[in-house]
Amino acid sequence: MMKIWSMQQAETAAAGQKKKKVTAAQLRVQKDLSELSLGSTMRTHFPNPDDILNFTLTIEPDEGFYKGGTFNFNFSINQNFPHDPPKVKCTQKIYHPNIDMEGNVCLNILREDWKPVLNLNAVIVGLQFLFLEPNASDPLNKEAAEVLKSNRETFKRNVRTSMAGGHFLGENFHRVLK
Amino acid sequence: MARARWAYLDRVLNRTGPFTDPDWVPGEAPLESLLRAKILVIGAGGLGCEILKNLALSGFTDIHVIDMDTIDVSNLNRQFLFRQADVGKPKAEVAARFVEKRVRGVRITPHCCKIQDMDEDYYMKFSMVICGLDSIEARRWINATLVGMVDADDPDSLKPLVDGGTEGFKGQARVVLPTMTSCIECQLDMHAPRAAVPLCTLATIPRQPQHCIEWAQIIAWEEERKDDVLDTDDPEHVSWLYSKALERANEFNIPGVTYSMTQGVVKNIIPAIASTNAIIAASCCNEAFKICTSSNPFLGTPESTNYMMFSGDDSIYTYTFEHLKKDDCPVCGNLARPLEVNPEITLREFIESLAERPEAQLKKPTLRSEAKSLYYQSPPQLEEQTRPNLDKKLSELVSNGEEVAVSDPAFQIDFKFKLVFKS
Repeated sequence: MMKIWSMQQAETAAAGQKKKKVTAAQLRVQKDLSELSLGSTMRTHFPNPDDILNFTLTIEPDEGFYKGGTFNFNFSINQNFPHDPPKVKCTQKIYHPNIDMEGNVCLNILREDWKPVLNLNAVIVGLQFLFLEPNASDPLNKEAAEVLKSNRETFKRNVRTSMAGGHFLGENFHRVLK
Repeated sequence: MARARWAYLDRVLNRTGPFTDPDWVPGEAPLESLLRAKILVIGAGGLGCEILKNLALSGFTDIHVIDMDTIDVSNLNRQFLFRQADVGKPKAEVAARFVEKRVRGVRITPHCCKIQDMDEDYYMKFSMVICGLDSIEARRWINATLVGMVDADDPDSLKPLVDGGTEGFKGQARVVLPTMTSCIECQLDMHAPRAAVPLCTLATIPRQPQHCIEWAQIIAWEEERKDDVLDTDDPEHVSWLYSKALERANEFNIPGVTYSMTQGVVKNIIPAIASTNAIIAASCCNEAFKICTSSNPFLGTPESTNYMMFSGDDSIYTYTFEHLKKDDCPVCGNLARPLEVNPEITLREFIESLAERPEAQLKKPTLRSEAKSLYYQSPPQLEEQTRPNLDKKLSELVSNGEEVAVSDPAFQIDFKFKLVFKS
């Protein structure tokens, strides 16, 4: 039985204990980072290494439509992680059926299918997969998806033009080739 | 004090019942506990109003309440301690004054601030904390704080946490005895995720008026007003989203977008049900009363049930069960152990000593304090950035008494150490 306050209710003076503790979100991200497997096509950058909740991920696909490009994604994780998913945005304007001109990414586990058991590795693998297999049935960039569906050769050409920093569909794309 | 008014309460306190503990002595002692208990209520909203009223009518006399919000006109249908004239005033203050006026002898101290503004010394003053919150983040914060405060040598440092929550017709009441039973962080997966619609549906084939509103919020706002921070309490912002959503709905022939629906979607409002709040608050206060007086077995007793869920969606259903503590819980799984260190050794030497400690035997430790990434083994770029720390002295990296968290891929759980400098 709990007899906690059958004892004296003395004002407990615990002096000098106002040290901040590592937060649950930080701990979880730390664990996720220690289990990350990036392979040769991806790398991270931490603008402030003390802040592990904000970083960029660079993907350089070595096969598929987007081979040879360098793509950057901003990861921003809040204190409610892993209840909330990480916020991920592409920082460049690119031509991709699942990424819009603002850099929003349509990846199910970033939104409707996120669960706290998923980790950063799952998100990163998902992003990598988007470059290997762009998905025309869940479009954010409808025009690009239409082209991918109707004519893969045209799509391939469009991707190359956009990656070289080309201008079409009224948009100036970022040059992402080395 | 005239006890006549409490006759119904004294019937529970002055005699044993079929479920009371054989060691329990009715009479003065439990009454004394009740009168002496200092209770903290977090939140003075839908649940908070009910909780404050219930506690006062259950004989508690010393209550504090924290709430950072002010009263909105839309609160008045269920937050019954507030009146039209109170709109705009701080919830904590109005609620405290109202209950004090109606129930003689109760003292309620209001605080209009965030729970994060208070320190451990403040929370240490209470016998128990009762939460009526709508935010998971705030629950996690108070939970981590209460778990961190537990000192094995001081039974007073263990503050039971009673947590109520409602969402529409569903709700839950649970009790956490920090470090002894499953905590809020252990139970994180019990919170229903926010139902989300795929981004591509919003962008290409909206089917419902809500899709158009979310599109306005996520896509149109970013495209056209990127530099303004969206404030869902700003009527101009909500009006803008409403007109954008309406335009889009017309384009796709979707009827039903209204201003109040826009408000509901962007603020993620789930209609609050007064009766659900009343049921959950009653359960929370009933548990608080039992914990305080020991008059009957209470929810949260170690190795018994600690979680009561309620659903009024389809007739009425409740289920009470034991949610087990998680060994790998980042908050209560492994508590910070004090570790004496020489502040003059380098971080590298400290890490090597961790590898030798029999209880740790870490192979590839990664470690940080709240403010600093001390050393990360992975990913490679972060390893490179934190490598210079290895040759720094501990005293340059952490302060005396600071907590460091150590992870290692070889272990499911994290280790936490409070570094105490040897003088």
